[in-house]
Amino acid sequence: MFETSELNIKNQRVQRLYKLLFLMMTMLLILPVLLILGTLVVKGGSVISIDFLFTAPTDGMTAGGLFPALFGTVWLVAVALLISVPLGIAAAIYLSEYAGENWFTRIINLAIINLAGVPSIVHALFGVGAFVLFFGFGTSILAASLTLAIMTLPVVIVATRESLAAVPHAFREACWNMGATRWQTIRRVVLPNAVSGILTGVILEVSRTSGETAPIMFTGAVFFTPFLPQGIFDQTMAMSLHLFVVSTQVPGVPEDLPYGVALVLIAMVLLMNSISIGFRTWLRGKKKW
Amino acid sequence: MPEQQLTNADDLSAAFDRRNADWYIDKLVQALVFIGGISAIIFVIGIFAFVTKEGFGFLLDRFDFQEFFTSPYWYPSDEDAPEYGILALIAGTASVTGLAMIVAIPFSLGAAIYIAEFATGKTREALKVLVELLAAIPSVVWGFIGLTIMNPLIIDLFDVPVGLNVLNAGIILGLMAAPIMTSIAEDALKAVPDRYREAAEAMGATRWQVIFKVVLPAAKNGLLGAVLLGVGRGFGETMAVLMATGHSVNIPGSIFDSVRALTATIAAELGETAVGSDHYQVLFTIGIFLFLITFIINLTADLIVRGVRKG
Repeated sequence: MFETSELNIKNQRVQRLYKLLFLMMTMLLILPVLLILGTLVVKGGSVISIDFLFTAPTDGMTAGGLFPALFGTVWLVAVALLISVPLGIAAAIYLSEYAGENWFTRIINLAIINLAGVPSIVHALFGVGAFVLFFGFGTSILAASLTLAIMTLPVVIVATRESLAAVPHAFREACWNMGATRWQTIRRVVLPNAVSGILTGVILEVSRTSGETAPIMFTGAVFFTPFLPQGIFDQTMAMSLHLFVVSTQVPGVPEDLPYGVALVLIAMVLLMNSISIGFRTWLRGKKKW
Repeated sequence: MPEQQLTNADDLSAAFDRRNADWYIDKLVQALVFIGGISAIIFVIGIFAFVTKEGFGFLLDRFDFQEFFTSPYWYPSDEDAPEYGILALIAGTASVTGLAMIVAIPFSLGAAIYIAEFATGKTREALKVLVELLAAIPSVVWGFIGLTIMNPLIIDLFDVPVGLNVLNAGIILGLMAAPIMTSIAEDALKAVPDRYREAAEAMGATRWQVIFKVVLPAAKNGLLGAVLLGVGRGFGETMAVLMATGHSVNIPGSIFDSVRALTATIAAELGETAVGSDHYQVLFTIGIFLFLITFIINLTADLIVRGVRKG
């Protein structure tokens, strides 16, 4: 009764064929990128040294290291996080714990989607119009970081909202029944259970923020400055812009140098991302409910 | 404890009044997180308002709808007779985005189907992580790849004089957009309830029949949303197209022509313009145009995807 019929064999063959086809499409998507990354590692690897990471560019940016850019990116990311993390967490708490399912919440969600979807160069124009000119911050770390913070705000909101939503509703109800206010419940029960998920989002935000170029081009990052930034009203160099500059704007750069810059930038971004992903996987395995 | 005698209504309400310090803190926090909640709306309105404010002078005095959208001549820095036609820039953006979608749509949908329907266990997790990492590569690095790796490759392979062209930028942009489209498409496939698959399999359908006849039609809207978001992403991409297109104003006749994109024009020229000049303002006007287009794309994608959830 359950013999394999000819039709079955044919079907199985077709199925194997389809599986192979889709596997090939997946591989065709991933392999070229891995090859490209491999090239970056091979070509850039020879440039990277302790000196490269910790000295400033010399000889009209055709030699030396990238320290001011690295230092500047740390500044930009740190200030951007100071703005976007509290704001993003507040927004996520509102959406997850307070907002009802109504048109107003939908508009907020739509605004978040749009904030993530607006082209980065439009964010840059906004940064110039609002922070550099209107608020008079000039081209400074503050203006650039504000622009970055607003652009990447959706990353924090979405990650935080997800980890808040993952806390079972029964936890909140149990707490309310003890007479706790909403805020007491959030602070003592919801947030402690969601904190690691929020951290994952924050790390992801670091990764996103450190790779952005367009939003900082006109708001605070400069091609070259001999000075390290001393405060949030200084201009600074940045890793992403530095890669653009050494690969397109400066004549006579040795061929390997931009590869080194690209490798450091991508290593920084992917490392942060991997930490975030690893952390998330670990959390999932640990979850008790 | 002796029971308290409540004699009148005022005492009664006072006894049940829970407005202690905690109550006020609670209300304060509620107000604070509400500000966080509406901040996204404020920022989106702010972006539109400030970009419009800077470009308003041009819109008011100099803006000629017909010239702006139908003239291929973009000579904004000509001192005597500057021309502000963005048709060639639109053609540049459209050709690159179009080619990117031809590259990205089949592969990202194929990859999404493989990850969601065929791959299991560790393989699936590994592929998902890989796709997520690919999506994280910064756009300036993609531009650099177009400049240094794709450029000589295209010159060698196709025997053309310049490797920075529609083909280069289209492939780069396709590779950039694909991981994002893959994750969204995979989510859409995952959202199809398993009982649909089980019902089809119980009727004797094979795996690929289940996928083509049941899962794909059911996930249709979500997949369309993924494609639209990919288009939005390609459309708004700046650094990669600035570096890989060749950046010359041109209505492309073939994929080996260099072009220039709307976004890249702003990035390349804003630094050279004086604040408040016509040239400066026209760049902001392009910004308004970009904002409106992506707004419409995102809104449509959201409506389509939401349509599924309701249905």
